[in-house]
Amino acid sequence: MISPETSPPRSSSQSPRSPSAAPFLSISVTDPVKLGNGVQAYISYRVITRTNLPEFQGPEKIVIRRYSDFVWLHDRLAEKYKGIFIPPLPEKSAVEKFRFSAEFIEMRRQALDIFINRIASHPELKQSEDLRTFLQEDEETMERARSQETGIFKKPADLIQIFKDVQTKVSDVVLGKEKPVEETDPDYEKLKHYIFGLEDHLAETQKQAFRLVKRHKELGQSLSDFGKAIKLLGACEGNSLGKVFSELGAKSELLSIKLQKEAHNLLMNFEEPLKDYVRAVQSIKVTFADRANAFRQHCELAETTKLKEINLDKLNLMRSDKVREAEMEYRELKAESEQATRRFETIVRLMNEEIVRFQEQKTADMGLAFHQFAKGQAKLANDIADAWRSVLPKIEACTVSSQHG
Amino acid sequence: MMGPETPFGFESPPVREEMESLALSDAPSSNYRSAMSSSLPAAVSAASVDAGGGDPLLYPPHHLQFSPSSPASGDGGDASSSSASSFLEPPSYADVVFSPFESQNNGGSGGADQGSFIRRDCSPRSARTAASDYLKIAVADPQKEQETANSLVPGGATYITYLITTRVRSAAAGEGETGPIEFSVRRRFRDVVTLADRLAEAYRGFFIPPRPDKNVVESQVMQKHEFVEQRRSALEKYLWRLAEHPVIGKSDELRVFLEAKGKLPLPTTTDVASRMLDGAVRLPKQLFGEGPAAQVAPQDVVQPARGGRDLLRIFKELKQAVTNDWGGVKPLLVEEDKEFLEKKEKMQDLEQQLSTASQQAEALVKGQQDIGETMGELGLAFIKLTKFETEEGVYNTQKVQAADTKIVATAAVKASRLYRELNAQTVKHLDTLHEYLGLMLAVHSAFSDRASALLTVQTLMSDLTTLNTRIEKLEAASSKIFGGDSSRLRKVEELRESIRATENAKNCAIKEYERIKENNRNELDRLDRERHDDFLSMLKGFVINQVGYSEKIANVWATVAEETSRYARDRN
Repeated sequence: MISPETSPPRSSSQSPRSPSAAPFLSISVTDPVKLGNGVQAYISYRVITRTNLPEFQGPEKIVIRRYSDFVWLHDRLAEKYKGIFIPPLPEKSAVEKFRFSAEFIEMRRQALDIFINRIASHPELKQSEDLRTFLQEDEETMERARSQETGIFKKPADLIQIFKDVQTKVSDVVLGKEKPVEETDPDYEKLKHYIFGLEDHLAETQKQAFRLVKRHKELGQSLSDFGKAIKLLGACEGNSLGKVFSELGAKSELLSIKLQKEAHNLLMNFEEPLKDYVRAVQSIKVTFADRANAFRQHCELAETTKLKEINLDKLNLMRSDKVREAEMEYRELKAESEQATRRFETIVRLMNEEIVRFQEQKTADMGLAFHQFAKGQAKLANDIADAWRSVLPKIEACTVSSQHG
Repeated sequence: MMGPETPFGFESPPVREEMESLALSDAPSSNYRSAMSSSLPAAVSAASVDAGGGDPLLYPPHHLQFSPSSPASGDGGDASSSSASSFLEPPSYADVVFSPFESQNNGGSGGADQGSFIRRDCSPRSARTAASDYLKIAVADPQKEQETANSLVPGGATYITYLITTRVRSAAAGEGETGPIEFSVRRRFRDVVTLADRLAEAYRGFFIPPRPDKNVVESQVMQKHEFVEQRRSALEKYLWRLAEHPVIGKSDELRVFLEAKGKLPLPTTTDVASRMLDGAVRLPKQLFGEGPAAQVAPQDVVQPARGGRDLLRIFKELKQAVTNDWGGVKPLLVEEDKEFLEKKEKMQDLEQQLSTASQQAEALVKGQQDIGETMGELGLAFIKLTKFETEEGVYNTQKVQAADTKIVATAAVKASRLYRELNAQTVKHLDTLHEYLGLMLAVHSAFSDRASALLTVQTLMSDLTTLNTRIEKLEAASSKIFGGDSSRLRKVEELRESIRATENAKNCAIKEYERIKENNRNELDRLDRERHDDFLSMLKGFVINQVGYSEKIANVWATVAEETSRYARDRN
């Protein structure tokens, strides 16, 4: 789990610090509870916020949230904070049967906990008003906010944006510009190439990790069956040899349990972090798309503005009475173009910071996952050695007695 | 153990072979794959160290002091650095470290070596081998040969012959010979079938090791090379089992099989079939009661009726068997030996448990194999990731991360190898279960020898009863006639002749029955003793194996945990 400790706030932050303690924002997602019936059943979680930041309503706040609330928060942040790698959410859908298994619920809870704490420790995202809404508002307010978002009725601004996008696409085709405009920054190209490659490699490791979990479970099952069979076989033999069989069988069954435990540990502390980073990389790809869009808009608006300028000069020369109108249009367009350029440049700047942060986090998170993995495997192997070793005295006793007997 | 500074060979895209040659050793690993893929590891006789003769059960378990700390971490590299050749000979590595209580070194995989079944380790089995007359039996060099005589198809069918080399203890050799003698003969599978059949006839009541299957289907379906190798190995094992048997190991049949040059001088099973035809010719004479052909000759009685020439006898015994089961009268002689009946039940119980245990052992082996494989795949995926991060890395943290993944990758590959070695040894140990399950067949055979001998006795006793009754009737009828009835009296004389002959036969049959009972008894005792030793050895070997390899695997991961512990500390 990511530590909720925040680094000292950056210069952009406005929040005054209380003199006595360092600022902290710590959130935990706990207590999954199944609510509702039948098809409409769902899991609700307790989200507990502990903080000393003044923006919040108090030192501790507990709310009940469900998965779609987290989705709402994610989508709002993705809309507002273009250029920032929004922490990834666990997958939306799941096979029906699996949806309420203890394992799945635990995996999802852990992922949501990591999600919310990542937001809370991100210098920009943690200041988001939507985050505060999510952490503090009561359930009805939350539900209202959620249903607004997911409705078909988007905000007017969005509609205009969609129209504009369509417009530019159409004009592109009309003007014969089929290829979308793309950046040619070599460093950025390198980054894109890296991210795409990273996704593949991480996905492969995650796949193998998942398989390894399964193998542990299977071996556990085999050991259990083997233990039972050995015990029965031992019953055919007498005395001390029979005891050895019996002991062996018992240890076998014991180890079976340990294997199942380790399988769970592997899943939660090794496979899930890998999966988490696959999602994180996918989230970065979304940011790429945002950047590409912003770049395209900036280019196109710059282009269009230029055309308008040329047109305006023409009209000026002709002393047309359309000059005033054209000038207004030009000024509007110029403002928009400058806005688009600013948006694009912000994204570029943010991304550069984000990628550094991402790499640092990745090294730390993966390092921890590796540590957990190695620790778990070492403990398992030691447990196995200990269990089998404890049978040896009985074997020795049987050996000695058979020599003398 | 591999230090973190060992360079990876990243020049070419990491493929499986390359993965295995990475990091752990600089030695070439060309035969790694083949060594790993065969379920029985490559011949170890060259590399294995004889831990010394003598009974392992007397040894103090010195390998138990195998401490997991530095020697082990050194050992982790030993496999790579110490052996000059391929560093991945699992059994030799394990042998050096563990002196495992393997029952045998199954030599000769994949034609790399001649199959040489040299027992070098100390185990209950090798103690028995040491008592055998035969020092060495090897089956090798399969050759294709043409079927010449009796060939129905022009151009001929082909068959495979195997070269069987035997070294005999000097005492068993002829006079004037000093030192062990070597024999070399060529045999085909049909000869083995003949040997098995002749032994079954000659050694009734014994637990005769079962011969390899004919595998008619497999021989068509499997790859020729694989099938031949499988058969070769099975033959070798079979011959060794025969040689180890305290009685059969000294048999003429076996000696002749191993030593007689040229065609195998044993009557083949087809000869027996033609004996049946002879018997069919005899039958009419028997039915008409003509002379000596009518009775069961005493010497025939020592063989079971089935497979012999005497059809009449077969019919009679069948009738007797039915009477035993369905007739209201208890036969004159029955199986009364309580001890035997108890033991028989125990054998049935044992067989059932062995079957289950054998199955579960297979499943366990598969489980271990799978986990080793997946661990290897995981390692490979991490190696690729490491390479990727190294090549495309821009930031310092990426270098750190690449170093971390490398550590994990190496450990995973190592652990994968250890799992596979562990499994190769596990297979050998748990094989004892499969062996004894196979032996249950021999036990069944021996018990049915006893049952059929009993049936022969019962049949003869019934015959006698019948004959006596007839005499009584005839005498009664004859006494009613004044002056006697010469024809009837002659008949009575003939019948008395019959009775005498049948009495003889009956006495032979009883002797045979008792002989078989004695054999059963001795064999059961032997089975109990040997089984106890073999099972104990199996369990011990299995446990020690698990302990040793688990400790090694634990070390591998403990190092990684140590090297990544700062991440856990930072988090707290």
